[in-house]
Amino acid sequence: MRTVGVLALQGDVREHVATLDNLGVSTRLVRREADLSGIDGLIIPGGESTAISHLLVTSGLREPLCTLIGGGLPIFGTCAGLILLSSEVLDGRSDQWSFNALDVVVRRNGYGRQIASFEVPIAISDGATVPGVFIRAPRIVHWGPEVTVVATHDHGDGEHPVLVRQGSAWGCSFHPELTSDVLVHGLFLDALQEALR
Amino acid sequence: MDVVNPEQAKIAEDSGAVAVMALERVPSDIRRDGGVARMSDPLMIQEIQAAVTIPVMAKARIGHFAEAQILQALDVDYIDESEVLTPADEENHIDKWDFTVPFVCGATNLGEALRRIGEGACLIRSKGEAGTGNVVEAVRHLRTINAQMRRLASADGAELYALAKDLQAPIALVQEVAATGKLPVPLFCAGGISTPADAALVLQLGAQAVFVGSGIFKSEDPVRMAKAIVEATTHFQDASIVAKVSTGLGAAMAGAETATLEQRLSERGW
Repeated sequence: MRTVGVLALQGDVREHVATLDNLGVSTRLVRREADLSGIDGLIIPGGESTAISHLLVTSGLREPLCTLIGGGLPIFGTCAGLILLSSEVLDGRSDQWSFNALDVVVRRNGYGRQIASFEVPIAISDGATVPGVFIRAPRIVHWGPEVTVVATHDHGDGEHPVLVRQGSAWGCSFHPELTSDVLVHGLFLDALQEALR
Repeated sequence: MDVVNPEQAKIAEDSGAVAVMALERVPSDIRRDGGVARMSDPLMIQEIQAAVTIPVMAKARIGHFAEAQILQALDVDYIDESEVLTPADEENHIDKWDFTVPFVCGATNLGEALRRIGEGACLIRSKGEAGTGNVVEAVRHLRTINAQMRRLASADGAELYALAKDLQAPIALVQEVAATGKLPVPLFCAGGISTPADAALVLQLGAQAVFVGSGIFKSEDPVRMAKAIVEATTHFQDASIVAKVSTGLGAAMAGAETATLEQRLSERGW
C-alpha cells in the first residue's frame, strides 16, 4: 500500500484527498517536516502559489522538500503546484522561487484573471479525454527537451502543453481534482508505482 | 484581508494572504463614520490590482447590480455583495447568474446561505458583525449553519419539504445539503476575526478560510498580525504553532461589545 502526501498549507487539499480516496490510495496531509517521512509521493495542490511558497518557508518544508525532489520523490503539481515545480515563473512576484523539478517556464495567470476561467475537454494519449478546469491558470510558455508533453490545449494561439512530466515529476495547468474524473491522478500513480518498483 | 491602498495590499500578499479585498474604508471606519457606504472608486481598485499578483475582491452594495457590473468590467476576481455597505435594494439581492465573475455573499443561517446560492453565489461567508473585532456573531452564524445542516442530514425525504419551508430555501438545494451533509459551495468565515486564536477557532468550527477585515490594519503591528493569522489559518489544528505566532504580537484591534451596538450590519440582507 502506497501513501501519497498532499501538501496541506493552502488550496484545494480536500479535493485531492477525495480523488485519491476514490482511487483507493492512502493519503497523508503534509504540514510539517515530520509529515514527509514515509510518503511515497507528494501532490502540491492548486491554490495561490504566493501563499503556498510563503508557508513552505515558514513551516520549514522548503529545504527538505527540495532534497526529496532532487532525490526523485514522485511529485505532482496542479495549477499553483505546477508553478512551484517549474524552472522559471513569469509575471510573478520579484522574489518568487520554485523547485525547478520541471524544465518549464510558466506565466502566472497566463490564461487571464478569474473572469477568464474556462472548462474544456483535454485529450490525453490513446483517445481518452478529461475535463480541464482552468482557473487563473498558469500557462506553460517554454519547455525543455527533457520534458514529455502528455496533453496540450489550443487557446487560439497554437497548442501549448497543459500536462507534462519529466522523470518522476508531473505538472498540469488545470485542476483535475475539481472533477470526478480520476484519469490524470491515475497516470501519476501508475508512474509512481513504476518508479518505486 | 481588507486593504485600502497598494501598500497594505503588498503587506497582505507578503504575509501569505490568498486574496485582498479592495475597499476605501475598513468596516470599523465605516461603522465609525456612518453615512452611506458605497462601492470603492475604480482607480483605487485598479491600483491594488496592479500592486499584487493574488486575486483582488471588491464589494458591491446589496442589490446594486450596476455597481456589480462596474466591478465585473474592472476584471475584479470576486465580488462581495456585502452588508458592510449600505443596501441599495430592500427586497432583492443581485441576480448573480447574470454575471460571469463569481460572487461571495454573507449569511447568518442556512436558509440565508441557500437563498444566496440559489441566486448564484459561489462562496458563502458568515456575516459575523463586521468592524467590531468581536468574533461572537461569526461563531453564532457558523454554529447555526452547521447545526441546521446536521438537522437536514438526519431528516427523511418527506420532512425536507417542511424544513425547506422553515428555512425559506429552495427545495433542490435543501435536498442536496441533506444528501451531502455540506454546502454545495465553500463556506468561509468573516466578521470580527482579529487574532490568530479567532482564526483557529472558526476553522475548527468548519470554516474553510477566513476573511479578516479591520483586524489586520487596525492592530498595533499589522505586518506581524497578518503573518500570524495566516500561520494560524494553516496550522489551526496545531495549538503549539498558534501559541507561538500569538506570542508578543502586540495589541489586537480595539473591540466592541455587539450587544450595545446601535447598528447591526448582520441584519442587512435577508
